[in-house]
Amino acid sequence: MLQLILFSTLNGVLYGMLLFMMASGLTLIFSMMGVLNFAHASFYMIGAYFGFEISRRIGFWPGFIIAPLLVGVVGALIERYGLRRVHKFGHVAELLFTFGLAFVIEELVNMFWGKLPVDYQVPPSLDFVAFTLFDTTYPAYRMFMLATAIAMFAFLIIVLKRTRVGLIIQAALTHPNMVAMLGHDVPTVFMMVFGVGAALAGLAGVIAGPALVTQPSMAALLGPILFVVIVVGGLGSLGGAFAASLLIGLVQTFAVAINGSLVDLIGPTANTIFGELGNVTLAQIAPLLPYLMLVLVLIFKPTGLFGNRET
Amino acid sequence: MRKLTLGVCMAALLAAGAASAQETVKLGYIDPLSGGGASVGEGGLKTFNWIADEINAQGGLLGKKIEILPLDDKTNPQEAVVQAQKAIDAGARFITQGNGSSVAAALSDFVTKFNDRNPGKEVLFFNYAAVDDALTNDKCSFWHFRWDANSSIKMAAVTNYLKTQSSVKKVYLINQDYSFGQGVKKLAREMLKAKRPDVEIVGDELHPLLKITDFAPYIAKIKASGADSIITGNWGQDMALLLKAAADAGLQANWYTYYAGGAGGPTAIKQTGLAGKVHDIVEGDSNTAAEAAQKTEVEFRKKNNISIWYPRAFNEMRMFAKAVKEANSLDPKAVAAKLEGMTADVFDGGTGTMRKDDHQFFQDMYVRSFGPLTAGQKFDEENTGWGWTVKGKVLAADTNVPTTCKMERP
Amino acid sequence: MSQSLRTFLGFVLFAAALAVAPLVFSSGLAITMMSLMGVMVIFALSYNMLLGQTGLLSFGHAVYYGLGGFCAAHAMNYIARNKFGVPLPAIPLVGAAAGLFFGAIFGVVSTRRAGTVFSMISLGIGELVAALAGIQRSFFGGEDGIATNRVKLAPFFGYKFGPQVQVYYLIAAWCLICVVLMYALTRTPFGRMCNAVRDNPERAEFVGYSTQRVRFQAFMLSAMFAGVAGALAAINFELMNSQAIGAGTSGQVLLMTFVGGIGHFFGPIIGAVLITFLQISLSDITKAWMLYFGLLFILVVMFAPGGIAGWLSLHTPLLRGGRILNLAPSYALAAIPLAAVVVGGIALVEMAHHMLVEAASDGSKMHLFKIAIDGASPVAWIVALALFFGGAFGLKLVWPRIDDAWGEAQATGEKA
Repeated sequence: MLQLILFSTLNGVLYGMLLFMMASGLTLIFSMMGVLNFAHASFYMIGAYFGFEISRRIGFWPGFIIAPLLVGVVGALIERYGLRRVHKFGHVAELLFTFGLAFVIEELVNMFWGKLPVDYQVPPSLDFVAFTLFDTTYPAYRMFMLATAIAMFAFLIIVLKRTRVGLIIQAALTHPNMVAMLGHDVPTVFMMVFGVGAALAGLAGVIAGPALVTQPSMAALLGPILFVVIVVGGLGSLGGAFAASLLIGLVQTFAVAINGSLVDLIGPTANTIFGELGNVTLAQIAPLLPYLMLVLVLIFKPTGLFGNRET
Repeated sequence: MRKLTLGVCMAALLAAGAASAQETVKLGYIDPLSGGGASVGEGGLKTFNWIADEINAQGGLLGKKIEILPLDDKTNPQEAVVQAQKAIDAGARFITQGNGSSVAAALSDFVTKFNDRNPGKEVLFFNYAAVDDALTNDKCSFWHFRWDANSSIKMAAVTNYLKTQSSVKKVYLINQDYSFGQGVKKLAREMLKAKRPDVEIVGDELHPLLKITDFAPYIAKIKASGADSIITGNWGQDMALLLKAAADAGLQANWYTYYAGGAGGPTAIKQTGLAGKVHDIVEGDSNTAAEAAQKTEVEFRKKNNISIWYPRAFNEMRMFAKAVKEANSLDPKAVAAKLEGMTADVFDGGTGTMRKDDHQFFQDMYVRSFGPLTAGQKFDEENTGWGWTVKGKVLAADTNVPTTCKMERP
Repeated sequence: MSQSLRTFLGFVLFAAALAVAPLVFSSGLAITMMSLMGVMVIFALSYNMLLGQTGLLSFGHAVYYGLGGFCAAHAMNYIARNKFGVPLPAIPLVGAAAGLFFGAIFGVVSTRRAGTVFSMISLGIGELVAALAGIQRSFFGGEDGIATNRVKLAPFFGYKFGPQVQVYYLIAAWCLICVVLMYALTRTPFGRMCNAVRDNPERAEFVGYSTQRVRFQAFMLSAMFAGVAGALAAINFELMNSQAIGAGTSGQVLLMTFVGGIGHFFGPIIGAVLITFLQISLSDITKAWMLYFGLLFILVVMFAPGGIAGWLSLHTPLLRGGRILNLAPSYALAAIPLAAVVVGGIALVEMAHHMLVEAASDGSKMHLFKIAIDGASPVAWIVALALFFGGAFGLKLVWPRIDDAWGEAQATGEKA
């Protein structure tokens, strides 16, 4: 049991940090530009594929550096030549643009790398067992993922709190019009934020690619969960995104570990009240819990857990 | 203007359909050719085209050439029904499909109703890969024939094999939470109880279909349970991700799967390095196949860059040709009458029978494991350098599961 | 000619087109396709009641379409089993009731706010219901879905609805009824209030309307029509399965509505017809059809945010002023680079697709527009690239002319 709790916690935190690497960029983009970027998880996927392509040619470590930068450039270009054009048509058009973009990116990935998972391998330097506990091994690569995510989090905090750019971004989060009036080049800031957000998602993809499977559906699998994270955490709140990422990571992981159903909880009466649903175990509905949280949070606190703005 | 363009497009489309309606026997191939399932669907299409060429080279069906009509169903039952209509419009009286039991159920239902309402224009449905038991039990239809072993047959084969493996003590079941996965779970429980009452089922898990990105939590549970063997019907990414998480956590159990050999499966197993641990259950194996089949395998790989995933497709098409010849007719009703109860040679050697009661094909099954090629083995998979080794052969007679089908014959 | 007479004539023409279509396109596929178009027209129009008219962007509209369909399928099975004398044409009423019911339940929680909160709740509800479909098997029938048999119901004036063409006329009749009803709704004070809530909620509140209540009512009515569409789909396919309730279907209706144009009542009709046609036929022509779909969507968002209907309606004042021909020279001039861009773009996509996906097993030789080319030859690529970028450059050059021509034609049109 202890073993289960320990490993579930580790896995939950890791999954949560991975979510946060993407959610942080998404929430920044949303709060500054008002765009719910449906293609954000696609940048994560592109990151994984770029990482794979570079790692099989040059090596994992060059890919670790270059791939996120490339994804950032791709993101910035998309903002500059696509999104900015659509900006004048309003937020719905922008959102739909990213919706179509996600579609196109998935198809392009299908075309270039095929529909089957690609063989993106853990680098040999990290391919060992980090520790063994109750005879379950924990791979070093997962520790590396965790470390990267924490480093990125620290980096983000420092940039936002200690640099001038960070100040502008923070100001733009809450008072976008005021910032523009102060004479800052808001379009360029937008482009940079979009690029950096894409690069962060790309970084998440590069490190998640070898651990999870690199395949064309990886974006579609994570996309909606990201929205849950940033909405539950509170739109525009980085701290909220962090808390919600960890919360959802842990909830999903622990729900899987628990085999209880309503019948187990309150006895056979559950069947008379809920019918078949009485027999459904918590593990079965684990991936649903985030959406349930989303709906409940929005009903009772539309600003999200830590946010203070609705749109 | 728009209506006009649309009209022209439609007319062109329909005209194109009419122009190609020469004297061929058309077989509608309805499977995913785009989207996530496309890699499997494309592989199937290559297989059927290959077999059609083979039969055409031998004179075709009653002197007419077989033509495969590829139709994309996007793994959606409603879309599949539209595509079946398309096939019928183009003159096809025979359709084949394999990916997705829900699609197969929809097609079987559609064909049955269509034949009922359009006497004299009957259509026959050949199923080469959808394994849901219901299709040859309570949902059985005279117009549906299945060449793939259904879920019960596969589980009967696996459990018969486990009878010979006394080292198996603790079994963990993990399956996708939908009707197929639940079926596997139920069958495993029943058949293990009957054949290996001493085996303890230490865990039984249903997880959401194609929604899990990291199976580490599930693997943690399996490890905690102390299982030595795992039975799973998982396929696609749910199989690949599961094995990956198992390898990461250092889980050294044996895997008994339905679909580890599916497209992308061998690559995933090779990545995990679980040599000799992952088993699958199939109707044919290239490394132990008869000489003629091995020759076909070599040529097939050379042309198509994939191995033969569907020996049963060969069985299907060759028996189709045989039935047409025996009936001396291309009428689907006459062909169906000949297929019922037919015994024929199967692709890898030996014979199999199409059971008359439920239109389910029975043949010997093989349990294999995946690992580095050993001396004398010719075929690896997906260029991994690893290949399948047959661990046990289960005779057709030992998988003769009962059926509840009450066939309504026209 | 007065506005109302023109509208009336428009509907008469629409009805006539519906009636005549199966005589013109009589193949089985065409009738199946047109039946589906009829269903989708209702579905897309119901979606536009939210998006276009009330300004609510939903990501879960398939919930009401699907639930309407499932309830209809169950109702059909129940009626057939108990031999009730209810004929098939009445079944869409079941779908309507189901849509209304679930619209009311989910509407209460989701329409309290507009904007992003509404969108996100609709996304969450959509995912929840779709997932529930996999768990609550007795109602949703697992992934096999609920099959039904439409001919088992009581005959309707002797019709048993076995042949597809009879089903087509059933769908066409319902389609006409729903289109007329939904159009009429936009003309009522309620319809106007929806627009007011979309454009200026503060002011709507100020004049004494509860925006929340208007949103709720619009949501329920929209769900009701979606339920009718779902029921018709259940009749058409004789099968309802969980895919119809999922995010894919929700995305599809958004695509149809937006490509058709959300700013005009008839926009979603065009979108539904066009997208359904493309969905069924495009996969026969090219394997990269999903890529074209995505590109089409992006191009519409970028260059014609009003959709096809928005672009068409640019021309109505000109048509009325008899000035439409003034545009002809500019259009003719633009047609050349446009054709070059389209041909070049298609060539690039097809060649790339062939070289990346099929060349490994089929070789680099391929056919494009019935011309044999070699995907490995640089000449083909240079030609395609030249066509594409040359065309794009040309379009950029002639675009100001078209813009001017539009402006000029519009100005003179107004004067006239």
